[in-house]
Amino acid sequence: MTVDHTLEARRLTVGYRDRAVLHELDLVVPPGRITAIVGANACGKSTLLRSMSRLLAPRGGQVLLDGKAVHAMPAKQLARTLGLLPQSPIAPEGITVADLVGRGRHPHQGMLTRWRAEDDAAVAEALEATGSVELADRNVDELSGGQRQRVWIAMALAQQTELLLLDEPTTFLDVSHQVEVLDLLTDLNRSRGTTVVMVLHDLNLAARYADHLVALADGRVHAAGAPAEVLDAALVEAVFGLRSTVITDPVSGSPLMLPIGRHHAG
Amino acid sequence: MSADSLIRSSAVDAVARGRRRRANRRRAIVVVLLALIAAAFLVSLVVGRTVYPLDQVLAVVLGQDVPGASFTVGRLRLPRATLAIVAGAAFGMSGAAFQTMLRNPLASPDIIGITWGSGAAASFAIVTLGLGGASVSTIAVVAGLAVALVIYLLSRTGGLVGLRLVLIGIGVAAMLRAATLYVLSKAPQWEEQEAMRWLAGSLNGASWSSAAPAILALVVLGPLLLVLARDLDVLRLGDDTASGLGVRVERTRLLVLVVAVGLLAFATAATGPIAFVAFLAGPIAARLVGTDRPLIVPAALIGALLVIVADFVGQYLLGTRFPVGVVTGVLGAPYLLFLIIRSNRAGGSL
Repeated sequence: MTVDHTLEARRLTVGYRDRAVLHELDLVVPPGRITAIVGANACGKSTLLRSMSRLLAPRGGQVLLDGKAVHAMPAKQLARTLGLLPQSPIAPEGITVADLVGRGRHPHQGMLTRWRAEDDAAVAEALEATGSVELADRNVDELSGGQRQRVWIAMALAQQTELLLLDEPTTFLDVSHQVEVLDLLTDLNRSRGTTVVMVLHDLNLAARYADHLVALADGRVHAAGAPAEVLDAALVEAVFGLRSTVITDPVSGSPLMLPIGRHHAG
Repeated sequence: MSADSLIRSSAVDAVARGRRRRANRRRAIVVVLLALIAAAFLVSLVVGRTVYPLDQVLAVVLGQDVPGASFTVGRLRLPRATLAIVAGAAFGMSGAAFQTMLRNPLASPDIIGITWGSGAAASFAIVTLGLGGASVSTIAVVAGLAVALVIYLLSRTGGLVGLRLVLIGIGVAAMLRAATLYVLSKAPQWEEQEAMRWLAGSLNGASWSSAAPAILALVVLGPLLLVLARDLDVLRLGDDTASGLGVRVERTRLLVLVVAVGLLAFATAATGPIAFVAFLAGPIAARLVGTDRPLIVPAALIGALLVIVADFVGQYLLGTRFPVGVVTGVLGAPYLLFLIIRSNRAGGSL
């Protein structure tokens, strides 16, 4: 039922002032799959995600959505195809969950159009998909960290985009809520075919949940592919500068990285 | 499948019900505010040194000639009450727009100096240059925009949003207030009335000719701000989220800034900087209707109500006649203190 949208970066160069963060980076996002971007701190993970969702303008190269440069597309049209959950969204004081999720309908509404039944339906569906129907009338201020993140994801779902970009969606969450959020994103991907691209700092969770792993180092793609194919001790050494052993995760069969460090023999 | 769609339709119903409940509450509050404004408007036409019977007042409003009442009601009270509502609405909308745009209740244009920019320029144009009418309004608008631009450039490096902008704005406001005082003290035709107008804001001497630019500005710029309100509201979720939802962040901010400063400057040219109305209207509106939806309309109504009631109180209920800005100032100052104490506790950085 979904049209598979293609998203790719071509020779993308992005920088702040005189420092280039991404150097002529090439990346193709596989449609209908889950892509995780990993890498050491300051390797340009977030910058890449922010450029792809056009929060940052490239200095060179371009980001193409279905072959068209995202930086030249009308803002609302882009927002109907590509959703974004930034790292620290702000919940206005006193806003209810249903209304926050309703903000996801913004790109589907004109300046003067009224709220329509399909908007209610989209909000309800998003609340249901994230298991937050019973939170609908609560104030966002009162929610726990895990609930809050679910609500933000619900807002991005109400946007009904076929591509969803998330910048570290599991930060500040404890391990059970991290798994809950990643399970939820997997559900979306499987049931709706949503293409998910996320920056993750936990390499093992990325390896478990992603179909496609992109490892960045020094503003370039160091390796990209199925986690089982690209994740090994050499990659961890090159990308994170860390000695490690990579074994097979007994739970999922995906690669599992165990760091070595100075106090334990490999 | 059927059980599934049953659950779904009940969730849709729940969402729709909750939204309708909040919308109804909001509508009810708007209606009550409108009724209160209408009542205050009528009272300020009827009551004064001389109390005119309601039928005479209505006759004057409808354009008939009634000896006595035609002058007092038609030439003095009617333009004054109209200007109170128009200026109050303009201050309220513009204040709420600034506070929403900058995500900070302290960032209203009267606190961060924009109102004072318009006020200082308008007082200079009137008192020193002897100008009047449209040229005063134009000068006030240009000065307001210039001050907004200066504050924007000074606080740009620290990010537009936040305490840095507020602190710079407070400094700018103090300088412009001093400039206003200087202009007034150098004026050959120093008049207490005029001085009070430019220092606290006053409706004394309101006439149709002085009110006309402000009325026109509200009619033209008010609807524009309402059209921008939805984008403005999404900005509250943060620049990144708003951008992800298809809002052109910089463009929206610039448009809102120009429209809000325009509203504010035209009103300021007519009444002077009526203290704290722009600052108070948004938070009071938020307390009443919640912050779910754009606050522009309720803030405009609260602003109008504040000014017309405060003017009535200042004229007749305090023994001596006080300009309206003194009354709103007494209301606003404690709230300002409260906000500063609260942000001090929360952030410890002010």
